[in-house]
Amino acid sequence: METENTIQGTIRNPKRTENVIEIRGLHMSFGSNRVLKDFNFVLHKGENVVVLGKSGSGKSVLIKCIIGLLSPDSGSIYVFGRNIPELSQAELDSIRIRVGFLFQSNALYDSMTVRENLEFPLRRHRLNLNKEQVNELVMEMLENVGLPYTVNMMPSELSGGMKKRIALARTLILKPDIILYDEPTTGLDPITGREISELMLQLQKKYNTSSIIISHDMKCVEFIADRIVVLINGTAYAEGDFENLRLHKDPLVHSFFD
Amino acid sequence: MPLPLSTRKILAETGALSRFTGKFFTTGIKPRYEWNELIRQCFVIGYRSLPLVALTGFIMGLVLTMQLRPSLVDYGVESQLPAMVAIAIVREIGPVITALIFAGKIGSSIGAELGSMKVTEQIDAMEVSGTNPFKFLVVTRVLSATLMLPILVILSDVISLYGSYLGVNIRSTTSFNLFFSQVIDNLSYSDVIPAFIKSYFFGFAVGIIGCFKGYHSNKGTEGVGQSANSAVVVASIMIFILDLIAVQITDLLGIN
Ligand SMILES: Nc1ncnc2c1ncn2[C@@H]1O[C@H](COP(=O)(O)OP(=O)(O)O)[C@@H](O)[C@H]1O
Ligand SMILES: [Mg+2]
Repeated sequence: METENTIQGTIRNPKRTENVIEIRGLHMSFGSNRVLKDFNFVLHKGENVVVLGKSGSGKSVLIKCIIGLLSPDSGSIYVFGRNIPELSQAELDSIRIRVGFLFQSNALYDSMTVRENLEFPLRRHRLNLNKEQVNELVMEMLENVGLPYTVNMMPSELSGGMKKRIALARTLILKPDIILYDEPTTGLDPITGREISELMLQLQKKYNTSSIIISHDMKCVEFIADRIVVLINGTAYAEGDFENLRLHKDPLVHSFFD
Repeated sequence: MPLPLSTRKILAETGALSRFTGKFFTTGIKPRYEWNELIRQCFVIGYRSLPLVALTGFIMGLVLTMQLRPSLVDYGVESQLPAMVAIAIVREIGPVITALIFAGKIGSSIGAELGSMKVTEQIDAMEVSGTNPFKFLVVTRVLSATLMLPILVILSDVISLYGSYLGVNIRSTTSFNLFFSQVIDNLSYSDVIPAFIKSYFFGFAVGIIGCFKGYHSNKGTEGVGQSANSAVVVASIMIFILDLIAVQITDLLGIN
């Protein structure tokens, strides 16, 4: 199945469209702190891949490299066949329309209402939508997350779970093909965490997205993962489905499942 | 001989601030210009400092007049009171006090706002939403601070002089017209223009230092508080340094 909003060059290589993200030999360090060392990874179309790793292992760094918020020391990151570190600002922006990012701390703009928060990506990417279209999209996304009545509230008036839902609505408003989730259930109570996981899966089906999910919440992982990659010492240390890894012999891998 | 750690820290910080200032100019002149955000920030920054600036200006004028009066009476030049106060306020006290108040109010709020945007990833979120956060947040705030402070200084000067007029009238009586005609007669362009120009530099310093501290905030909530605090401290010191440079320049140019 092909998406309608093709960006020039994306479909150039038909083999790459199967792999919506392909990372080869990624190295990333901060001073002497080598965070990622020869990291390799593939995300197939329609897949939900969980990246597991200890706190501080470089999971956020990894997905921030994918979206171009951090530039790696070396290696290639192909997203829709375009190598992120080599792109110009305009090219990067055109990729970012198609790749949503749900921040761990939600990153809702404190000084803006929920409506303005949701409108921000639409307006700033200059998609040339009229007022009605913008309003329709905002309301559609708020309905999706079950919070249409919050439209005129400020983020400070929302609970943690509501903030996460609004952040998810804002991530989805550009109808991205890929979503990167940074610890979507961390800091939420188990019930709310479960609701967010269900919502993610439901919206995934509705909008037909592929995703990378960073999580240590094993309930969420079991529920959502088609495949799991374990990040240890800066590399993709082990890979498999939930059952596979749970029964893994290596104690480093096994320890995540206790 | 190795430099002490604190000295090295200050030098590193100064270097980073210079690079940040350089980035302001190189990024700021390139389009896409954020006009709407600039106008909104001008309003927010100007409006928020207005009551405080007005209040402190009024009190300064009144107090200064009452303090100067006895000495002038001793020398028998009480009639020179409006002229002296006017020169003191317009040349020095108006710009510097207003700038310090501005640093306390605006420098800290910019530092805290950008700091919390940094640690809660709002700056990253802007960047992935097709926005250059440096342009959108930093350039607009620095420009607004630069443009608004001189206006606030003029306002503060006027209110100070009004306070002074009331101060004069506590012990003697002067008409409003007489007081202000004495003030205007005794002020020359060389009193007004350099003070006005240095206010732009004070405003720029408050804006750029507030943004710099916020943008380089450390993770965690105490990092945000630290940014706000050191924005005020550094901006206040910078105001005095700039004031010192300004007086040297006017002196060298013979404008006095
Ligand atoms: N901007 C940065 N500057 C310096 N070091 C960083 C930066 N971002 C992350 N790091 C370091 O990289 C490592 C991995 O961080 P991160 O990816 O945030 O971990 P996590 O797996 O918990 O998401 C940590 O040691 C962190 O200190
Ligand atoms: Mg993280």
